[in-house]
Amino acid sequence: MKLSINEKLQILADAAKYDVSCASSGSNRKNTNNGLGNTSQMGICHSYTEDGRCVSLLKLLLTNYCIYDCAYCVSRKSNDVPRAAFTVKEVVDLTINFYKRNYIEGLFLSSGIFKNADYTNERLIRIAKLLRTEHNFNGYIHLKIIPGCSEEVMEEAGLYADRLSVNLEIPSERSLKKIAPEKNHSSVYKPMNYLTNRISLYNDEKRKFKYAPRFAPGGQSTQLVIGASPETDFDVLHLANNLYSDQKLRRVYYSGYIPISDDNRLPALKTPPLIRENRLYQADWLMRYYGFEVNEIVNEQHQQLDLTMDPKMSYALRNMHLFPVNINMADREMLLRIPGVGVKSVNMIIKARRFSRLGYEHLKKIGVAMNRAQYFIEVSGRPLNEVASDPDKIKIALAAREKRNQLTLF
Amino acid sequence: MIYIYDDSFDGFLTVIFDIYDLKIQPADICRERNHQPSLFAEKRTIITDGHKAGRVLSGIKKKLSLHGVHGIYKCWLSEQVGIEMMLFRYISYAIKSKRNIENDFSDSDVLEVSQVVKKINREIHRMHAFVRFQKTRDGVYAATIAPDFDVVTLLAPHFKERYKSQQWFIYDTKRQYGIYYDLSEVVEVKLENAQWQGRNKVSRLVLAEEEKEFELWWKSYFKATSIEERANIKLHLKHVPRRYWRYLPEKV
Repeated sequence: MKLSINEKLQILADAAKYDVSCASSGSNRKNTNNGLGNTSQMGICHSYTEDGRCVSLLKLLLTNYCIYDCAYCVSRKSNDVPRAAFTVKEVVDLTINFYKRNYIEGLFLSSGIFKNADYTNERLIRIAKLLRTEHNFNGYIHLKIIPGCSEEVMEEAGLYADRLSVNLEIPSERSLKKIAPEKNHSSVYKPMNYLTNRISLYNDEKRKFKYAPRFAPGGQSTQLVIGASPETDFDVLHLANNLYSDQKLRRVYYSGYIPISDDNRLPALKTPPLIRENRLYQADWLMRYYGFEVNEIVNEQHQQLDLTMDPKMSYALRNMHLFPVNINMADREMLLRIPGVGVKSVNMIIKARRFSRLGYEHLKKIGVAMNRAQYFIEVSGRPLNEVASDPDKIKIALAAREKRNQLTLF
Repeated sequence: MIYIYDDSFDGFLTVIFDIYDLKIQPADICRERNHQPSLFAEKRTIITDGHKAGRVLSGIKKKLSLHGVHGIYKCWLSEQVGIEMMLFRYISYAIKSKRNIENDFSDSDVLEVSQVVKKINREIHRMHAFVRFQKTRDGVYAATIAPDFDVVTLLAPHFKERYKSQQWFIYDTKRQYGIYYDLSEVVEVKLENAQWQGRNKVSRLVLAEEEKEFELWWKSYFKATSIEERANIKLHLKHVPRRYWRYLPEKV
């Protein structure tokens, strides 16, 4: 039976949605030769799904037929779901026409594995190549690299894509073996490390020569599934930290495991671990934008993030000896460690205090979350003795506030 | 003294010039269309003068960065009540001060300017995201919008760069004007007797045959890409407030 485009879209967008990466940022492709599109450095989210996630790229699987049987994956061989496959032309036409209507920033293309990794990846690349060369398309393209893909094939992928990604999915080798018998971590690290080298080589050449050939200018990313295996936040964040420092990844995505499977290799969760996922992202931000070392967030004594408060708050409560921080004197590094103070607020504080001393009112107006920050800052016009310095008291006060907020919802 | 000016930015700058020239402090500065006659206040209608406006602008340019100067224009576009007086105080402070005051966020006017600019920038960014073109029979990609602030002209650079080889048209139905790109440049247009479909949308009659299909496919895509187990309508609404829905095919 021949499926319509609409039916294929429903099947293959549905199957692709568990890959959470949707970034369209970090690449600056210009619109050359009167072509179609460009990329925005900061990325644009054209819409948001009803679960609150950004819709930036047309995220599709080329097909959900797959020879593998990974327990966590909805497209696994043994799962009884409708199967479909797009033709190359169908994906190209959808991308171009959605783009022209300003629905999307570009294409995110992944696929179930048919035949083998290279064969599958070559099909994905053919679409990217057609878009770039025949249609002069300069929008964003994110291509999935299938573990086991050869270097020649990756080399070509990097020429046409803005971002490439290989997914680790399960945070430890031991768990992965249980859940996805055909996969192992080294088959993921091999392509990932190859891409790391090629991207850094490209970046070096780009600095020297204006017209160095592009290679995945948006860098690479990966995804970790959270809650499908027993790893702690300590394991997950240390892994992420290594991926940032060694593999130079632009992003690590954390995807709370959604019980899509009744496969007995997986835990039976009622709901996806959304709060844990959120705390992991907060911790990830602390490492990337706030200058935190991973050990300051999770360590041997504190292996799990506290679900009841953000990781910066729980860091502060463990390190009361560093506070209060004087808003008018402290350096940037310390300002960034105050709970309730974000990067934007820090920038504003540093600029504004060159003009005059800042007080409680100024901070509030600038946008500092004073309900959290108040216990950790020293400002003129507010005597220190009013401020609690006992971490337990602060916890109680914060929890009480939380409860009040929840009550007002009803 | 209440200063009244036409609806132009040059008019507003002329007011600033005249305040300094006449040395009479303003009680208020308002646009002609917003002006409410009052019995007691003295008022003065200012005639827009390009030369005077230019002199104020070059004076401000000496005191602020280009970013800061553009910020004043963006604030003015916000059309917020009282924005002129706030800008007047801001400009006075900038001119009086020996150093650039853009970052003096402990000053309430400076902070407010930065916050209004942030709002305008967010609206521009939203329009970059939420404009939805529909292809018409004559091959023009047309969109209608109703942004919170008067930002339609600020959208031109982004869309011109992105869609160099297609004709497009973006119309602000709230303020009754828009911009049109004819493959070489962007021009401002005002439609007389525009016939809209339903609530200010491009009429179905002029749309290309294929349009229905792509809208259907886009809706299907949008629905399929949502994960039910993670439903979070509150977050959804935060990102896509209801007032923008009527121009989004996926939300209609």
